[in-house]
Amino acid sequence: MSTITKDTTEAHDGQSHDGHDDHHHGAPKGIMRWILTTNHKDIGSLYLWFSFIMFLTGGAMAMVIRAELFQPGLQLVDPNFFNQMTTVHGLIMVFGAVMPAFTGLANWLIPMMIGAPDMALPRMNNWSFWILPFAFAILLSSLFMEGGGPNFGWTFYAPLSTTYSPDTTALFVFSVHIMGISSIMGAINVVVTIVNMRAPGMTWMKLPLFVWTWLITAFLLIAVMPVLAGAVTMVLTDKYFGTSFFDAAGGGDPVMFQHIFWFFGHPEVYIMILPSFGIISAIVPTFSRKKLFGYSSMVYATSSIAILSFLVWAHHMFTTGMPVFAELFFMYCTMLIAVPTGVKVFNWVATMWRGSITFETPMLFAVAFIILFTIGGFSGLMLAITPADFQYHDTYFVVAHFHYVLVTGAVYSIMAAAYYWLPKWTGHMYSETLGRWHFWCSTISVNVLFFPMHFLGLAGMPRRIPDYAIQFADVNQIVSIGGFAFGLSQLIFLAVVIKCIRGGEKAAGKPWEGAEGLEWTIASPAPYHSFTTPPEVK
Amino acid sequence: MSQPTKSNRKLLIGLVLGSIGMFGFGFALVPLYDVLCDTLGINGKPQGTASSYEAVVVDKERTITIEFIAQVQGSMPWEFGPKVNRIQVHPGELTRTAFLAKNLSAKPLVGQAIPSVSPGQGAAYFNKTECFCFNQQPLAAKADAELPLIFYVDPDLPDSIKTLTLSYTLYDITDKQTAAIEQGAAR
Repeated sequence: MSTITKDTTEAHDGQSHDGHDDHHHGAPKGIMRWILTTNHKDIGSLYLWFSFIMFLTGGAMAMVIRAELFQPGLQLVDPNFFNQMTTVHGLIMVFGAVMPAFTGLANWLIPMMIGAPDMALPRMNNWSFWILPFAFAILLSSLFMEGGGPNFGWTFYAPLSTTYSPDTTALFVFSVHIMGISSIMGAINVVVTIVNMRAPGMTWMKLPLFVWTWLITAFLLIAVMPVLAGAVTMVLTDKYFGTSFFDAAGGGDPVMFQHIFWFFGHPEVYIMILPSFGIISAIVPTFSRKKLFGYSSMVYATSSIAILSFLVWAHHMFTTGMPVFAELFFMYCTMLIAVPTGVKVFNWVATMWRGSITFETPMLFAVAFIILFTIGGFSGLMLAITPADFQYHDTYFVVAHFHYVLVTGAVYSIMAAAYYWLPKWTGHMYSETLGRWHFWCSTISVNVLFFPMHFLGLAGMPRRIPDYAIQFADVNQIVSIGGFAFGLSQLIFLAVVIKCIRGGEKAAGKPWEGAEGLEWTIASPAPYHSFTTPPEVK
Repeated sequence: MSQPTKSNRKLLIGLVLGSIGMFGFGFALVPLYDVLCDTLGINGKPQGTASSYEAVVVDKERTITIEFIAQVQGSMPWEFGPKVNRIQVHPGELTRTAFLAKNLSAKPLVGQAIPSVSPGQGAAYFNKTECFCFNQQPLAAKADAELPLIFYVDPDLPDSIKTLTLSYTLYDITDKQTAAIEQGAAR
């Protein structure tokens, strides 16, 4: 195994600075360190910072949306700009905030969790990060061009994205191509690392669940990101080169777009939640001071969710006029996913049962995740019921549902992970007081923001429209206030992270009493090169 | 020393090929979609080619209502509609009707009518022996035309279906004409 060590360090050394035989040197200095780095910890930090900047950018767009919706009528922005905001907010949060955050966590944690010195393909790792800022620069620059940026929703349904889209659509297509290539490269790296670089004795059923869930996520990414690339390519040729994939006049079919898109899109939502399951499965046992309940059932549940995710895509399209048997098939398959998900929630609760629980900030976020994600799961079950979906489709009920699973689900798990591993990353304890302030401000405001949206949706308020009927005014005002409060609360998080990087109480190698895993066996902050000699796992 | 590098490379090649394969699969979904819709008859897409009318037994016991609707897509300056809105037919009975089209603009335009049958499961039983939708419809400026349609309903039509609605959407393909010919305007 030590041969791997030598090999990857050489690749690293050869590129950024003179080779050393001493693996315990620190990081090189200056800007070139970050541009040329092949170190998994550096790349992890780059991903996490990039994701946080995108989170604030996409968040600013959400603030524009909520400001416009504060009152009925058109106040601040014109409808076309409003559409660009909803579209780019979605694209940035999905591809710029949540996915890079998970890739950043994977980079930081997977090598340390499996006892590897680095990722298996360090140079590709550098590439997969550094093409990402260009993708988003292209996407964001289109907002300032004549005709504006993409305004057809992040789902870019044809013919909105083909016949009726702005001239900048080609830029949207290319930026999605680059994002896709970036995440495919990241996923390949994760698979190769996990398959080939586990420390001796680290058998499959000893892998930490974060590693397991990421492995399955990586396979999902490799399977569906290319399909997304195909879909945007078809949009490109339909719009600019006269093909008719989605144009009925030339023999195509716009409904087929939705099938292709959601064939990607549904596994994509699991890409954004499976690593969360891994994070929560690490945090809950630590602060309950108990072993995780039902480890192997967690692995099987994750796998079955991944497989089922390929069989449910058309539940996004119940109102397109599918035959009844197809609607029933997709309805039952969708409901079936509640079973493995239920297994997971049960296991987390069972882990806490009679545990010796303390509520440090990571645990607060993890517990909030379990409760709020489950609320999102339940509204998902309601949406899965075909006849009910006819009523809920394209209303704020859907918006409430996917924000519960993505904000209080995926984003909360990322916050939890950040608090949990910050001592390992920085060598300092974060401020528990500020962390609690961040948690409570976020949790109260996020519910003020998203919970009333359920009622707006049930009362019939459609999504993605800058104006609404007068009877929705009061609730929208409450929602907007919650939105502004949630947005501002995230600045507390920024303060916590900066404060923690700059100083604070020294963190021990294992700052959490109940924590388990190889990453806690090394010093805090984690040395620039860790596990250059692979540990023996018993 | 080369052992892990070798297995990394092997896995890397496999995964890259896998993602290229999935890119191809995305495009394979296009013909796959058409084949599935055709064989299952679930998209409301009637056959794009003329059927022959041979040895069809007329079922005088049943009467099916056929409704015709038509719309013009976008801002195409044509008038387009069925000559009759509704007729009663027996399954197997060969029936002739027509649609009327008029080019209101001062320049020649080419239209393409795309049919759709509702309920979708009935589409496979709606046979056309002659239809204007098999071809493009060029109309000179201010010209009008009567567009013929000869059809019969397959006597095997499921009993649950009592009404079939045939809808035509007319697209302006003057600009896309060449592309449309290649892509199968026969539909």
